[in-house]
Parts: sequence; C-alpha cells; structure tokens
Amino acid sequence: MTEQKNSESQEEVVPQSLSVTTYQTVGPYFKIGLEALYRDDLTKPNIPGQVIEVAGTVFDADLAPVPDAVLELWQADCFGRYMDQPQKKPFEDSFGFGRVPTNEAGQFRFRTIKPGALQAETPARQAPHILVSIFMRGLLYRLITRIYFSDEAGNADDPVLNSIEPRRRDSLLAKADPAQPYRYEWNVFLQGENETVFFDL
Amino acid sequence: MPPNFCPSYVSSVKRSPRQPLVHLPQTISELTGPIFTPPANLQPVDMTKGAHGEALGERILVSGRVLDEDGRAVAGTLVEIWQANAAGRYLHARDQHDAPLDPNFLGCASLVTDAKGRFAFETIRPGEYPWRNHYNAWRPAHIHFSVFGPAFATRLITQMYFPGDPLLPFDPIFNSVRSKTARERLIALFDWDTTVPEYGLGYRFDIVLRGRDETPMENKP
Repeated sequence: MTEQKNSESQEEVVPQSLSVTTYQTVGPYFKIGLEALYRDDLTKPNIPGQVIEVAGTVFDADLAPVPDAVLELWQADCFGRYMDQPQKKPFEDSFGFGRVPTNEAGQFRFRTIKPGALQAETPARQAPHILVSIFMRGLLYRLITRIYFSDEAGNADDPVLNSIEPRRRDSLLAKADPAQPYRYEWNVFLQGENETVFFDL
Repeated sequence: MPPNFCPSYVSSVKRSPRQPLVHLPQTISELTGPIFTPPANLQPVDMTKGAHGEALGERILVSGRVLDEDGRAVAGTLVEIWQANAAGRYLHARDQHDAPLDPNFLGCASLVTDAKGRFAFETIRPGEYPWRNHYNAWRPAHIHFSVFGPAFATRLITQMYFPGDPLLPFDPIFNSVRSKTARERLIALFDWDTTVPEYGLGYRFDIVLRGRDETPMENKP
C-alpha cells in the first residue's frame, strides 16, 4: 500500500506529553450530528444592537459552489463583549454562536447583531469581526477565517487585518450592499486567485 | 498545522487552500467560546433504543474524558456524535450505499461532559462502508466526534476508530495524519472495566484538546 509507506516515511516525532487529538474530516454526512444546533439566526429578543444579514457562497478551486460545507460563527455582542458564561441549556439564552450549512447552490445566509469593536486596550483595539470555522468533506482540518465589515473605519487600525498582505485583506471584508442597508455579502474562495485568507491559531 | 492538501484523499484536491495559513495570535475572540454547565452526574446517553425497539447490531459502551494538554479535565463541554448503523449506512439522503437503514437507529447524540470531563454513551458498533475515493475503497468503522472545548481555539472535530480494524492501513483519511502517535490516539482502546457481562463490550476514547496560548495578544479584561 503506497499511501501507507508514504506516511511512514514522513513520520514526525511527537513529544511524549499528552499529545493533542488530531482533526479528521467531518465527511459527507455531518448533518446527522450537527443539524440539531444549526443556527442561522443569532438574534435574540433581549440582545440589543443593529440586526444585519450576511450572505455568500463557498467556492472550490474550479469556482464551483460547495453544497456540503458548514460554517460556524463566534462573535461579540454590540458592545464588543463575548458571552462566554456557562450555559445551562446549550444556546437557548446566550448570544454569539451560529452554525450555518451551505445549500445546494453553495450559498449560506445568516442574521445576527453587528458585533461591536473589542474594547481590550492592548496592543490595539480590534475592529468588529466574526470568527468563522469552516468544515466540509475534503477538509482534513477546519479552516479558520474572520469576517470584517467593509463600512467600518476601524478596519484601518485592526492588528489582524494589518498583519495580512494588503492585496489579500479584501477577502475578509463583507461588502455592505448600497441598495439594501444592513445586508452584507461575503464569499469564501477555497483556492485560486482570490483565495480567502485562512488562519493558523 | 499540517496542510489540508492530501492527494490520496481525492476530494481535498479542489477544496484545500494553497496559500500558507496566516498566523493568528490568540486574542479574546479566540480565547472565548460557548461553554456549558456540567451535569451533576455522569448520565450515559443511549443511542440503541429506537422508536419501535432495539437497534440492530453489536451493542457497545463508549466512554472517555475530554482533557487539555496538561491533563486537566475539560468540564462542561459539548460533545456531538454521529455514525453509520451496523450495516454501514448513514441516515442521510446522500448516502446511497446498498445496505439497510435501521428504523430504530438514528446514529446521533449530543452530551455535555461532567465536572471530571467524562462522557459515556451506549451505541451500536458502526459498520464499514464503501466510498468512491479509489478502487475498492472502504472506510474503517468509525464514530464522528465534535467537541467544543473551552474556546474557539480548542474546537475539534475528529473520528474514533476501533482497535484491530484491518481497513486502517488502507484508509487515506486515517493515514493523512503523519504521526504514528497521533494516528494511534484516534483508535479507541478495548476496556474491560466498562465491558458489561452478558451485555456489551466497552471502549475507551480520551480526547485531548490543544491548550490555549499562554501568551495571547490581548489579555482578558
């Protein structure tokens, strides 16, 4: 079996402390396990802030839409605070987590409250953003990226955006739709000329 | 993090990024995440009882702990599980494998780890099934695990395999993990202690989540 020989020859040394459990792909059938927590509307009656909608498409190397991806979202509230207190009933009372599958046309859409800028002092204030994990068949590991908003002046001083080469920063900006206030478009390009910036934590 | 591009796993070719990943220092955004109140007692989840009776196949009892890299329990974290039935068929519209569905087996569960990071569930040993990655390709028996951990940074989705599975050496997904130690961590251990006489075999599967960076870019306020 050539594949196995190959992997043996590239053996890596792992320290003998508790080694971290590695990722494996979600495969094609993740809906069975993940569907119960699909959340495409993060808004809650008791959570203040501007309601926005973000929509887009996930594209593969051939610019074909990916109909079997799932995006997970994590974000602060409109004051830039994360609601990370222990929840008694998963996701019933808290704000900030979303999970959105793509449809047959590779499209996703979610409704949320626009996050505020993060108030932490050092080393720099972060512009409003949403964290995104992307899972799909064909990905051995999750992809990590961020959604920023094209109409935020604070983007210019955001330390994460500024750590990316300028021509690629655009891939993280959800574009405000001039015709429809509070609607944004943000697409994911897995490969190619416009490949989205993905992060390593 | 190793790259997603893995030619022996064919669907990775057009779905894996080619640009190097950009290093993201952990900020408060990555150091937070949804966390939950641990249940007072460890209550095993039973996936074997269907609407009309018992699911078909070999009953097994899977248990383990979710730990961080320093061996500390990860309490109150959400674990989601999904799997094929005993015949190797998923309850999913896209699964067209010619094997029977079991009306008494949904193949999914979710639970929250207790104060000691423990979880336990009873299920049916999943069957192997064919896929079209290469000629005569079969996936080894496996159970999918999704674990949140205490922060966005610790999120993990993985698969648990079974000891002695003859398909493991041939599986490009399992073998995409280059470290032998890391591959072996994905294989559950047969466990006498949780094996129940006249009832079912026990398997142990401990999950170790990465720690959060100790030098985050921003401190928690």
